[in-house]
Amino acid sequence: MAVSSPTQTTQLMNNVDAVRATLYDAMKNDPRTVILGEDVGARGNVFLITKDFSKEFGPQRVIDTPIAEASIVGIAVGMAMEGLRPIAEIQFADFIYPAFNQIVGEAAKTRYRSNGEYTCPLVIRTPYGGGVRGALSHSVSIEALFYHVPGLKILAPAFPADVKGLLNAAIDDPDPVLFLEHKKTYRLIKGEVPDGHYTIPIGKANVLKEGTALTVVSYGLYVHWALEAAQQLADEGISVEVIDLRSIRPMDKTAILQSVEKTRKLLIVHEDNKFGGIGAEISAMVAEEALFSLDAPIRRHCAPDVPAMGYAEPLEHEYMSSPAKIADAMRELARF
Amino acid sequence: MATTKRTSPPFERAGLSDEQLVGMLRTMLLQRMLENRGFQLNRQGKIPFASASEGHEGVQAGAAMAFARGRDLLFPYYRDLGLALGVGLTPYEVLLSLFARAADLSGGRQFPHHYASRRLGIATISSIIAAQLSHAVGAAYAFRVRGEAGRAVLTTFGDGATSEGEWHESVNFAAVHKLPIVLLCENNEWAISTPLAKQMGQPDIWRRAAGYGLPSTCVDGMDPVACYLAVSDALDRARTGGGPTLVEAKCYRFLAHTTDDDDRTYRSREEVEAHRRDDPVPNFERRLTEAGILSPDGLEHLKAELLAEINEATDRAEAMPYPDGEELHRNVYADSTDPWR
Repeated sequence: MAVSSPTQTTQLMNNVDAVRATLYDAMKNDPRTVILGEDVGARGNVFLITKDFSKEFGPQRVIDTPIAEASIVGIAVGMAMEGLRPIAEIQFADFIYPAFNQIVGEAAKTRYRSNGEYTCPLVIRTPYGGGVRGALSHSVSIEALFYHVPGLKILAPAFPADVKGLLNAAIDDPDPVLFLEHKKTYRLIKGEVPDGHYTIPIGKANVLKEGTALTVVSYGLYVHWALEAAQQLADEGISVEVIDLRSIRPMDKTAILQSVEKTRKLLIVHEDNKFGGIGAEISAMVAEEALFSLDAPIRRHCAPDVPAMGYAEPLEHEYMSSPAKIADAMRELARF
Repeated sequence: MATTKRTSPPFERAGLSDEQLVGMLRTMLLQRMLENRGFQLNRQGKIPFASASEGHEGVQAGAAMAFARGRDLLFPYYRDLGLALGVGLTPYEVLLSLFARAADLSGGRQFPHHYASRRLGIATISSIIAAQLSHAVGAAYAFRVRGEAGRAVLTTFGDGATSEGEWHESVNFAAVHKLPIVLLCENNEWAISTPLAKQMGQPDIWRRAAGYGLPSTCVDGMDPVACYLAVSDALDRARTGGGPTLVEAKCYRFLAHTTDDDDRTYRSREEVEAHRRDDPVPNFERRLTEAGILSPDGLEHLKAELLAEINEATDRAEAMPYPDGEELHRNVYADSTDPWR
C-alpha cells in the first residue's frame, strides 16, 4: 500500500464510510470533480454515501440526474473528454444495462478511436451483489459483462482501506474505471483506514492469508467468507492461501501464479455465475501458464447459472455461497 | 418560437461579407467534390468504403460559418464532412481518412469522416446513432462548472437519431440545466431505408422542443444563409446564457446511405429527382453569380482550384503509408494494454 507516511494515523471505518470519505476528499481537493447520478444530491444517495455533499459543494457539482442511466454515463463521458473529473453513480449495478453502449462503445473506446487525441478519465461507481434480499434487480453481479472489454478497468475491493486506496487510484486514473462496491459489505465490514491521500496500484492482488495446501482466489463479499472458511480449515490442520484480487481488469497474474506454484491447487470463488465468469479466465490463464505445477484440476465455486437470485429466502440461499459451503469446496480440493 | 419555412428571399446575405459567402460556397463545393472522390476511389477498388452527405452542404456550410473556431465545440455525426471542412479540416486530412493512412487523425482506425481534433474543437465520435448527444451535453455542462461564459457546444444529428432514447435523455438534460448548446437536426428524410413516416408520428422534429420547454427553429436546410442565421442566433443565445435551442434543418440525402447501400431498393428515382430542384450547391452558385458576388469565370476558377487541390491531396494521401500492424496495440489505455499484471 502506497501510504504517504509510515507513521500514518488511521480511523476505524466501514466500506460506506470509506467510499464517502474518499469522495468527500476528491470533491474538496479538486474543483474538476463532479458527482452525478440518481438521488445523489438532496437525498445524499440511497446508502447516504453523499449525504450533505450537495449542501457543501453545491448542486452544480453534486448533480441529481433524471432517471436515465445511459445519459448519466454519456454526460459523464462528455465531461471527462472536456476536462472535468466526473464520478458517475449507477444507483444499483442492476440498473447499468441501459448504459452498456456508453460504457463499452464510448467510454472504453474514447482514447483508442481518437488515437489518444481525447481521453475519458471517468469513474463509474455502483453497488452490486446479493445476500441482502435484493431479488432479481437489486442483487446482481455485473463484472463478467464488462471484464471482456479492453479500455475499461474494473475494481472490486472488499476492505475499507482498499476501498479508499483503489477509489483514489480510480479517480486519479486517466482512463475509465468501473468501481464495484459490494453492498452487503457496506456496513458489515469494518477496518482501519489510513488518514490522508493514498492510492493502491490498480492490478495488484493482496495475499490475505498465506497457506500451503491450496490457493483460493476471490473478490468482494466472498473474500471475507473465504477467509472465515480458511480459518475453519486451519483448525482442521489444512493450510489455505487466500488471495483477494481487488482488481478484476487488469488482473494480477503474478500473484496468482506465484501462489499456485507453491500450493499446486487452485480454487476460484465468486458470487457471479460460473459460465463465462471471472473464474473461467483465471482457469484458462493458469492452464496456459502453470498446468504442470498443478496437482489437481482447477475448481470453481461460483453461483449457479440462473438469471438471478430470487426474493424468497430459500431462493437467495440457494444462489449464495456461505463460509460453510466455501469450506466444503476447500476440503474437497485439499483431499484430491 | 420562431419558425421559418422554405422561403428564399431574393438575396439575403445576413450580414455576411462577399468573402464569407464565397467561403461558404467553397466549403459546399469541397464537400461535394471530396465525397465524389470517395465514391470514385471506392469504385476503383482503392478504398473499401465511403459515405454520402450530398444534399447536406447548405446546412453544414451555414452551421460552420456560425461556429466560433477556438471557442465553441462541435460534437458532429458521421455525415458531417462539410461541417468539419467548414471549421478548418483540410482536404488532405479528408483523403488521409478515406485512405485510412497512418497520418489520419485517428491513425487509420476510424471509418471515414469520424474526425477528432482538439485543434479544431471537433470531438471524437463513434458511428452509434445519438451517442454523441450526451457527450455534447456533458461538455456544455463542463463550460458551466468552469464558469466559461461565451462558449457554446454545437451538436448535430440526423432525423434517425431522434428515435433513440438517448436523444430524449440528452435534450431533456440540456433543458433541465439550460445548458449552452445548440442541437442541430439535419433532417434528410431517410434513416438509411426508413422514411420519416415510419420513424415518427408527425414529421416536424422542431415541434418536439415545446415538450421539453426549449425554443426551436425550423429552417430550409438547402439554404446556407438561412441555416447560418438560425444556427448563429441559437449559438449566440447559448453563449449568452439563453440556454439550448433545437434547430431543424430540412434537407435531403441525394445518394445512397453509403457505398454499400442501394437506395433504388427503397425509394423511387422520381422522388430523388424531384428533390434535385432544391440541390443546395447549384442553387447557391446561382445565387452568388446572379447577385454579382462571384462571376461565372470566378466560379469556374474556384472549381478548378478546388479540383486541383483535391487531386493533389489524393495523390499525396495515397502515397502515404498505412499504419503498422503494431499500431493496433497502442492507446488502449494510458499505460499497459495487457489485462494481466
